[in-house]
Amino acid sequence: MSGVRVEPLTFVQRVAGRERVLKPWLREALVGYLFLMPWIIGFLFFIAGPMLCSLGVSLFSTDFMTKTEFVGLYWYKGLLFVDSLARKALLNTAYYSFFMVPLSSILALSLAVLLNQGIKLQGLWRTIYYLPSVVSGVAISLLWLWLYQPEIGLINALLLKVGIMGPRWIYSERWAMPSLIIMAVWGSGSAMLIYLAGLRGIPTALYEAAELDGAGPFSRFWNITIPMLTPTILFNVVMNTIGSFQVFTQAYIMTGGGPNNATLTMVLYIYRKGFQGSQFGYASALAWALFVVILGFSLVAIRSARYWVFYAGE
Amino acid sequence: MTTIVDIQRIRIRLPALTLRVLLYIVVLVGAVVFAIPFVWMVRTAIMPPWQIYLFPPQWIPERIELHNFAEPFKAWPFGRWYMNSALLVVLNATGTVLSGSLAGFTLARLRFPGRDFFFLVILATMMLPGQVRLIPTYLLFTRLHWVNTFMPLFVPAWFGPAFDIFLLRQFFMTIHRELDDAARIDGCGYFGLYWRIALPLSLPALGVVAIFNFTFNWNDFMGPLIYLGDVRKYTVALGLRLLQGQLYTDLQAVMSAAVLSLLPVLIVFFLAQRHFVQGIVITGVKG
Repeated sequence: MSGVRVEPLTFVQRVAGRERVLKPWLREALVGYLFLMPWIIGFLFFIAGPMLCSLGVSLFSTDFMTKTEFVGLYWYKGLLFVDSLARKALLNTAYYSFFMVPLSSILALSLAVLLNQGIKLQGLWRTIYYLPSVVSGVAISLLWLWLYQPEIGLINALLLKVGIMGPRWIYSERWAMPSLIIMAVWGSGSAMLIYLAGLRGIPTALYEAAELDGAGPFSRFWNITIPMLTPTILFNVVMNTIGSFQVFTQAYIMTGGGPNNATLTMVLYIYRKGFQGSQFGYASALAWALFVVILGFSLVAIRSARYWVFYAGE
Repeated sequence: MTTIVDIQRIRIRLPALTLRVLLYIVVLVGAVVFAIPFVWMVRTAIMPPWQIYLFPPQWIPERIELHNFAEPFKAWPFGRWYMNSALLVVLNATGTVLSGSLAGFTLARLRFPGRDFFFLVILATMMLPGQVRLIPTYLLFTRLHWVNTFMPLFVPAWFGPAFDIFLLRQFFMTIHRELDDAARIDGCGYFGLYWRIALPLSLPALGVVAIFNFTFNWNDFMGPLIYLGDVRKYTVALGLRLLQGQLYTDLQAVMSAAVLSLLPVLIVFFLAQRHFVQGIVITGVKG
């Protein structure tokens, strides 16, 4: 790889040596490409190359050790029509996303609006609500395992106090996925911060004008706050959905995909097939299927933007 | 006259006051719900074992047992994992700040054919799920004999991660160009503009990138899970997984380890809270 890096450098150095004969725009352009070179190399080796490669690998049946056999679209047909686990993984992921994204968006927006009412100690509240989203990962999964413990865990203990027999949470086929969703909604704080910043960006003159026209608080919220926030909402929902389709750590640590595959997510399935089962072809096909789903969703969201997103500048 | 006005005021104020009280109650209750898991984690870590399992749940430890925090270091190479995580975090943050700022500067400041196209590609790669390239990347790193080393976990950061390029480009766009022009007149080259003008002016934004990067890599699980095999090379996040088997038999030790693993992130968060908020504002709103 070092050869690739050195070449353009010496080239530009050569060019730079003849600085006077170079037109300024050409010089600027050459420097621009040179400065972008690390990213271009990274893009080729770590993004574009691997992506194309994985598309190729998905057409083979291979463990990269003993056998490699061209199978065409076999894996894609398999994951669409034959492999019920693949379908289940996709449905589980969609289920997670379908509930997690709206719930966390509504919660984040409501919290932002509440904290934006000129409340005292705003910094303190903001910190408390934001903190869970900073500390994701394994430690938090272990913590929630303990919270969800059916017999002596905190959640069921508190429920019992108010006379409710709590479910078995992550050990119940029905409640395992909702458990992961609740945990994810707990981490909505970073979206809340984005909404808070968006709320601050709305010119107060708009509210004053609306008040003069006799608009009540509800009407002002619905006709000013929400439209002015739609770009922020779009950004949040798209990023959150992309992230939610890639849910892995919680499922891996807390349920291992169980019970009865109720929390088998796409990425967990890809991990199992690729890194535990050495079916690299199938894992690549699954990854591409996930990619297409995410891409499709993102395109729909961005395309639909012109119907519901309000850009103040236009 | 005055009495009428007063009555009106009271009429207006009463519902406003109840609303206000209601607002504080809602915010407070919400904050308690958000904070309880942390409190529960800490209380489990410092409570005598017999008290942990009592019903109804106990909140105040009979006595505080800080010796639990030494357990992870005795039973596992926890100190080693800490050092590994710290090393990776530093290497990642340095690489990301340098390569991200160089590309961000270029996209914000220089003019050249194809610049907007490059920017679009970078935006698009932000939305790519990493899993699509997981397997070929793994194969590439296997060929390079990088598996079971730290290389796969920090080298890509030195080649301009898309999100950070985007964030810094947005920030550089807000710096006035007059300084650039002045520096040019004084004979400053393009690299000088980047190194001597843009970077010093954007220390807060670079801090944001470093901090985001720090929390992400400290928490990262999948990367180490795939690439690290040797227990002594584990990161804290990966090492914690080994403790999972003891969750219900030795809750204290596991929760102590969890608290210890979160500590660096929490400390950085409290020290640099303003940067977190600022970073989110740059990416989320101006995007």
